[in-house]
Amino acid sequence: MFEMARADEIRALQERIHGMQRTRLADRTLPTSAALAELLPGGALAAGASYVVDGSTALALELLREPSRAGSWCAVVGMPDLGIEAAAAAGLDLERLVLVPHPGEQWFAVVSALVDAVAVVLVQPPAPARVGESPAARLAARLRRREAVLVAMREWPRAEARLAIAESDWAGAGAGFGHLRARQVTVASRSPAWQGRTRSRRLWLPDASGAVSPVVARVLDEREPDGRARPRMATVG
Amino acid sequence: MGSIPRLLVLHVPDWAVRAQAREHRAEGAPMALIAAGVVVACSSSARAQGVRLGMRQREAQGRCPGLRVEREQPAIAARSFEPVLAALEQALPGWHPLSPGTAAIRARGPARYYGGETAAARTVTGIVAAAGAEGARVGIADGLFAAELAARAPAAGPAPGGRADAARIVPAGGTPAFLAPLPVSALGDPELASLLPRLGIRTLGAFTALSETDVAARFGPLGARLHALARGSDARPATPRIPPRDIDAVVDFEPGLTRVDEVAFGVRAACDDFVRALLGERLVCTALRVEFTAEGGEHDERVWLHPRSFTAAEVVDRVRWQLQAVETLRSPVVRVRVSPEAVDPVSTHEAGLWGTGPDERVHSVLSRVQGMVGHRGVLTPQLAGGRRPADRQTLVPWGDRAVVARQRAHPWPGALPDPPPTTVYEMPRPLRVEDARGRPVTIDDRGRVSAAPAVIVSQGGTRRDLTAWAGPWPLEERWWDPATARAAHRVQAVDASGCAWLLVLDGEGWWAEGRYD
Repeated sequence: MFEMARADEIRALQERIHGMQRTRLADRTLPTSAALAELLPGGALAAGASYVVDGSTALALELLREPSRAGSWCAVVGMPDLGIEAAAAAGLDLERLVLVPHPGEQWFAVVSALVDAVAVVLVQPPAPARVGESPAARLAARLRRREAVLVAMREWPRAEARLAIAESDWAGAGAGFGHLRARQVTVASRSPAWQGRTRSRRLWLPDASGAVSPVVARVLDEREPDGRARPRMATVG
Repeated sequence: MGSIPRLLVLHVPDWAVRAQAREHRAEGAPMALIAAGVVVACSSSARAQGVRLGMRQREAQGRCPGLRVEREQPAIAARSFEPVLAALEQALPGWHPLSPGTAAIRARGPARYYGGETAAARTVTGIVAAAGAEGARVGIADGLFAAELAARAPAAGPAPGGRADAARIVPAGGTPAFLAPLPVSALGDPELASLLPRLGIRTLGAFTALSETDVAARFGPLGARLHALARGSDARPATPRIPPRDIDAVVDFEPGLTRVDEVAFGVRAACDDFVRALLGERLVCTALRVEFTAEGGEHDERVWLHPRSFTAAEVVDRVRWQLQAVETLRSPVVRVRVSPEAVDPVSTHEAGLWGTGPDERVHSVLSRVQGMVGHRGVLTPQLAGGRRPADRQTLVPWGDRAVVARQRAHPWPGALPDPPPTTVYEMPRPLRVEDARGRPVTIDDRGRVSAAPAVIVSQGGTRRDLTAWAGPWPLEERWWDPATARAAHRVQAVDASGCAWLLVLDGEGWWAEGRYD
């Protein structure tokens, strides 16, 4: 028991050291969604890094959006339930999206192979598997060489940042009326680079038009951003 | 008129039906081929029971209740005619295939060689009968049009020998006389076939009686051409085809093999030769047909497509994948045949001097992953049309071409408004939906909810309290077809953690179809 606690402490310390050290001379970055940039160390997806997204497919798709839009290939491994329509609505280019829904036991080999060809791999490791340090380190070397990014939907060693949804509020549905339209989320991000501190941002994921944007505080003097007075009443319907 | 060639046309009646019947091992049974809802070909036994070309499928089934109906597949007829053509070419070079089941050749050479046109016709029918196409008919006449009509014309009656004579020979110069009594529908133009009889012109003879300039003035160039055909002047020659070199890879195993890797190893060398032989013809294969024959006579085949072109190792992979997926083979494999289904000139697939960029790498990597998880393991997504989230997406194996059954551009009234669920369960998860007092929520025929849903309980027993819900929206799809009809109610619900669910109630209970996470 004591040994376990000590091992955890060592790992935490290692991670702090790892966060303070710069592992690369020049950091290459991938195009990154503006809404999430502030939540990532360095302000962008770092080529060769791995990230953890906890429990939200929409958040993971948002991380994939800009690289895909910039013309890179993306791969999704081990997620048979991914909503393709949502991926398209999030802005991913389906022409350059590849799915390996049921990699089975070979999921790690599949991910390693895919890193050679695609810029971003989104992977959901099977539930009982715990990724060991050494295979993760080997994969990280490969990621750095190919300047690719790994996004894991479950715990992953040496992740550059861990993103999770701390709070989520859907708008549009009531007690038996309306339909889901938009939601506001608070995304919390932990990174070893910030010495264990957590950053969080309030985002629309998605807003009423389907886009992802930061939540802007309501203007108090009830004026539209362009200066016109906001009409007191609006047509409903 | 001297330029009109004398031609011999061979016609195998009902070839398309016979080829497809053989494919389905249903020879002799009444069978009809359907395209766009109407009969386009039928077997002789179906014809005897009153089935006619152009008849609607339902009417044909009404006349002949035991009728076997198949979709028309021209590729099968064309493919199975190939061995017959090969047998013909072995005896007489210079055949011109007109359609599957019909081929033409200049009559002079065979007539001289076999000592007369009648003898040539007999020999030709004998050759095709030996190649598996019995009952072929031969027509010899001046011009392709007349010769084909002569071959298709019903036999004149029993010959002195007691059996129907299979050859119809129109004497040289007798073509106009042969054509004159035929109905105008023989021209094969539906517009003229319906217009001319209404003008009182019922036979080709009556049509040719009109002056050529009048016909050209009234019916335009097409009419003038048909007029020339009806007069018996058809200068089209029979263009001999160049028989393709046989580059199929056929491997026979003696004794038969049962293990996939043994078969894959056995075909490896043949696949190398296959790709090399194609390259020798300056061709690459873009679609591949793999056929297995087992000891017990079972047969399995499928066509594999490739986004670029097959290399030898990829051919072996396809053989292995097909064998892994096959279920129909019950006995050891004794023969593997690999044949090119579609080829391209090699120049269109030449790699650039410095490679063809990152896509080449993507393809090779994805092929490697396919080697690990199987052909159907690597998928590319596409959007489709539909009302349920699962219907609105299709997944296509890497390398295959997509067939979108439901067009997204069509209106889909009743589809859910945006945003789409980010998780669409491959298998909908069964769950329970309860109201605040713990009773199951039901929806009656009028779409009224028994009580506001308050809790969802997953199969594993996890309870999630609901904070908001919307719906229900009824969905009744394809009610006219009992096999695919679906009736359900859909509800969106938000649980206390802020995660939203797409819940569906159908005849079997509540399901989670998707999640907005």
